[in-house]
Amino acid sequence: MKEKDKNPKTNKPLSNPNTQQLFKGLLVGVAGLVAVLMILLAAVMFFAFYDGSVEPGTAVASDSSIESKLNNEPFNGEVVDGKDVATGLVVGDGFELVRTTCTGCHSSAIILQNRFTREGWKAKIVWMQETQGLWDLGENEPAILDYLATHYSPEPPKGRRVPLRDIQWYELKN
Amino acid sequence: MAKPGKHQLTKREQSPKNRRDFLRKSILTTISAVLGADIVHAATMPDGYVPVVLSQEPDAMKGKNPEMIIRSDRPWNVEARPHQLDDAVTPFEHIFIRNNGLIPEDIDASNWTLTISGESVQQEKTYRLSDLKNNFKPYTYRLVLECGGNGRAGFYPPTAGNQWEEGAVFCSEWTGVRLKDLLQDVGIKPDAEYIGYYGVDRHLNGDASKPVISRGVPISKAMQDETLLAWSLNGQDIPLAHGFPLRMVCGGWPASTSGKWINKLVVRNKEHDGEKMTGDSYRMPKYPVAPGDMVPDEDMAIIESMPVKSLITFPKSGAMFDRSKKLAIRGHAWAGEFEVAQVQVSVDFGASWKTCALKKPANRLAWQQWSTDLMFSQPGYYEIWAKATDSQGISQPMVIPGWNPKGYLNNACHRIAVKVR
Repeated sequence: MKEKDKNPKTNKPLSNPNTQQLFKGLLVGVAGLVAVLMILLAAVMFFAFYDGSVEPGTAVASDSSIESKLNNEPFNGEVVDGKDVATGLVVGDGFELVRTTCTGCHSSAIILQNRFTREGWKAKIVWMQETQGLWDLGENEPAILDYLATHYSPEPPKGRRVPLRDIQWYELKN
Repeated sequence: MAKPGKHQLTKREQSPKNRRDFLRKSILTTISAVLGADIVHAATMPDGYVPVVLSQEPDAMKGKNPEMIIRSDRPWNVEARPHQLDDAVTPFEHIFIRNNGLIPEDIDASNWTLTISGESVQQEKTYRLSDLKNNFKPYTYRLVLECGGNGRAGFYPPTAGNQWEEGAVFCSEWTGVRLKDLLQDVGIKPDAEYIGYYGVDRHLNGDASKPVISRGVPISKAMQDETLLAWSLNGQDIPLAHGFPLRMVCGGWPASTSGKWINKLVVRNKEHDGEKMTGDSYRMPKYPVAPGDMVPDEDMAIIESMPVKSLITFPKSGAMFDRSKKLAIRGHAWAGEFEVAQVQVSVDFGASWKTCALKKPANRLAWQQWSTDLMFSQPGYYEIWAKATDSQGISQPMVIPGWNPKGYLNNACHRIAVKVR
């Protein structure tokens, strides 16, 4: 028997041309199945990562270099005490815009720990544009500033030393 | 403050998982397994961070004490609570982290080189890390590194940046080659004025061509015995988050002058003009300004020596004890380029002061240990305030010092609360 009449995997002789035909058919079938599985996996990945919840007007620009700097992860809608659990940002007008625009490059904690007036936040945007590669925010800028000034504006003056607060009392042992 | 502030970033609590979360995590696990990538905080990862996680930086909290306060996680900015700084030599787990960019990955220490160039070198020269270790005499010093913005949270109106309270400071033991020995080996021109550093940290916005931070010091500071190019912290390789494998260390000056992940130094014939050297970065107004004033850049001067300051590291704020107890309190004091001459404590808001025992520094630019015993005759609520005075006769203010646009150099007295029964 010639080499080509053997099954390449098992090295057993192939009985007749009909069996060979069947083997070829099986191969094609398996390849097809693999392809279908790949498509299914891609679909599962798509549904796992994409919630389909991008609001109209959220995209800042079509420029791909900007696109790559955005936080493109869809908002998962998990909100506790009015705040997005993933970022800690207050969910309100402009939230989605701020989340998408700002947290692609830096942590939302940078926003959360600071307090500025609208002018102060504007100055931070200008600084990021001048030194950190932030793009022109266009018509989104007023909405972003409104959001920041509404939720993250300075609190009343602290005086030169406020009373100590949040003291966790404990028994001193030694 | 003893408790996490309300704007503090705390570890996210595990939220109830729905099917999608589960699916997403399973897929991530698979991706992680396939790529062999280390996914940061995989267990508690905020969903919003999923797409960038594969390019995320190393986990800066690995090996850190969980009580440390995370001010930001991109970039990593983490500070200690005062009682965590009780040791004379701060251990790794309690050292604050201040990063401007992302921690570099895949550092190959065995092939690490340092290039010294700039207009004021005789000729450019490149050293391997092993050259530095083998061809120069190593020195070890305890050096105070404090963020220029430590205490920023105390300023009003609020100023931009990490809202540090007390803990962006530490004093650990650094080992390395003296920068002056290295500069002598390279040969510098008489017009040399300033040293600038460059490291390999990555910019937040992913632009690889953009230096994250490139600061430096005048030649006079570079030539001090204690100014090192260090490869060791507390006898070990420098931890990655603190500059592995090579860090420039300038004790007593804003910690931003101590560049991390250093692969290049430049010797300049003028003030270095790298990233965060110019504008209002790490600068104070040349004259006192009113809170909230705008100050033009040309009226801002680079911060050099840090001001006199102290911490109460024992007991932790909030201690309750009986009137019969003699309370032994202690802490550290430091004064930038200078030595601390005196530390006093007050339990009556500064009406009277008690002078404490004070140790000499282990070496110049190390912090000094102070201690004293206190008795309380009457039960009640007390605040213990500590005040240090440097060798120039300058003391810490009890109130927040002069406001400045970037919120630097708040060296107001530290205080803790105690309750006597």
